[in-house]
Amino acid sequence: MIEVKNLIKSFEGQEVLHNVSCLFEEGKNNLIIGQSGSGKTVLMKCVIGLLRPDSGEILYDGRNLVTMTGRDVKMLRREIGMLFQGSALFDSQTVEENVMFPLTMFSDMTLRDRVKRALFCLDRVGLKGAENKYPSEISGGMQKRVAIARAIALNPRYLFCDEPNSGLDPQTSIKIDELINDITKEYDITTVVNTHDMNSVLGIGDNIIFLNKGHKEWVGNKDTIITSDNKELNNFVFASPLFKRIRAAEVEDDNQKIK
Amino acid sequence: MALIRSIIKLGAYVLLLKKVFAIPEKWNVFFKQVLNETNKLIINSIWIAVIISVFIGAVITIQTQLNMSSPLMPRYTVGLATRDVLLLEFSSAIMCLILAGKVGSNIASEIGTMRVTEQIDALEIMGVNSACYLILPKIVAMVIFIPLLVILSMFTGILGGYFVSLFTDMLPVSTYIYGIQSYFVEYYVWYSIMKSVVFAFIIATISSFYGFRVKGGALEVGQASTDAVVMSSIIILLFDVILTKILLQ
Repeated sequence: MIEVKNLIKSFEGQEVLHNVSCLFEEGKNNLIIGQSGSGKTVLMKCVIGLLRPDSGEILYDGRNLVTMTGRDVKMLRREIGMLFQGSALFDSQTVEENVMFPLTMFSDMTLRDRVKRALFCLDRVGLKGAENKYPSEISGGMQKRVAIARAIALNPRYLFCDEPNSGLDPQTSIKIDELINDITKEYDITTVVNTHDMNSVLGIGDNIIFLNKGHKEWVGNKDTIITSDNKELNNFVFASPLFKRIRAAEVEDDNQKIK
Repeated sequence: MALIRSIIKLGAYVLLLKKVFAIPEKWNVFFKQVLNETNKLIINSIWIAVIISVFIGAVITIQTQLNMSSPLMPRYTVGLATRDVLLLEFSSAIMCLILAGKVGSNIASEIGTMRVTEQIDALEIMGVNSACYLILPKIVAMVIFIPLLVILSMFTGILGGYFVSLFTDMLPVSTYIYGIQSYFVEYYVWYSIMKSVVFAFIIATISSFYGFRVKGGALEVGQASTDAVVMSSIIILLFDVILTKILLQ
């Protein structure tokens, strides 16, 4: 579980996150949603320690990241897996070497065991047989899956995904969402997903935090988001005609049930 | 304003170096990285060092011969001058300026691309000291092997002059060989090696620094690569003057 308390972050005197508090629960897909410039990425970068907040607390199962020593931060990061928007695979390494990288750096496993673990992780994300390819030789969706395999190689307690579906077609996006959801439930980890994709929101949103202009505007889940009466949230979620029709149908359905 | 910016940049450079000189996470990974960097940065530069040195050695020999009109000057001076020009300046300073272009741009663009594609962030998130992991092996490879490249350049440069005396009638081979053996000062070789160690450090660290602080995309990576080469060259020339004054006075 990750608890964010009264987080404030500003750049050159301009406050970007205004006193944000939220809870990312264990075994759930915690989604951060919001418009571009709403502070989602800044919030995620603060939570993983790439940015230092001006004030506030970030508690990883009670351990405050903000007040930790550099050594403790380093140790904590070994419990974190991260899926970057652009996958961030190492170009000079093969798929297998990419997945093995955290094991090589932080475990005392033998080469044979590392290879075995890497192949297991690749199999888990459905990429058996691609281990000798380089990142440039595989598709964007496959790169995301390799990045997930690398993120789970060390059995992390916390998984962060920054825009996991960006640049992917709808079918591949759903597969990536399913994979993130399965891994979260299977390993009972705290997963935080930063996304714009409404299919993800409605598909895997166990806990959704909506940010608006740096403020936490709304908290809920995929079931309550449809019928929420928060105006800012509705403007964001139901911006497309398709989602407007879905909402209209849901509201009508609810009305009929009440009658 | 420019002065303040330069001081801030110098401060950032020193802070980066502080991060770089840390104990590597895994020594076996570090040594593997050093070997990779040696192959990428040094082995792949041998051909350019050899080609340039042979031709420059030949040109120095021809120009010295053509410009020595005084009959009082012994003809072996051509070999002597070729050797000393190569030892004192060309094989260390000029060769390192050339390598700043080839190796420096390679380092800056590689690290810059890793920065903009979030590979460096990925390393940091994993708990890896990215500066140490990426930059230290480059510094070690450069500082150890650039002096060897400089020694190779000395030999091949002198060989270039030898080819001139062998294939033209400008100078007898025996006179050239006598010239390159005359008044030999061993310290010049050490002086050249000492300079090249400093220059190797400058190329590796300044290029890495420019690559490491890239923000943006492909355009900024290209800009960082150019800035790295320009700045490395200026600093090499500055240190060339300082080291020459200190080591040869």
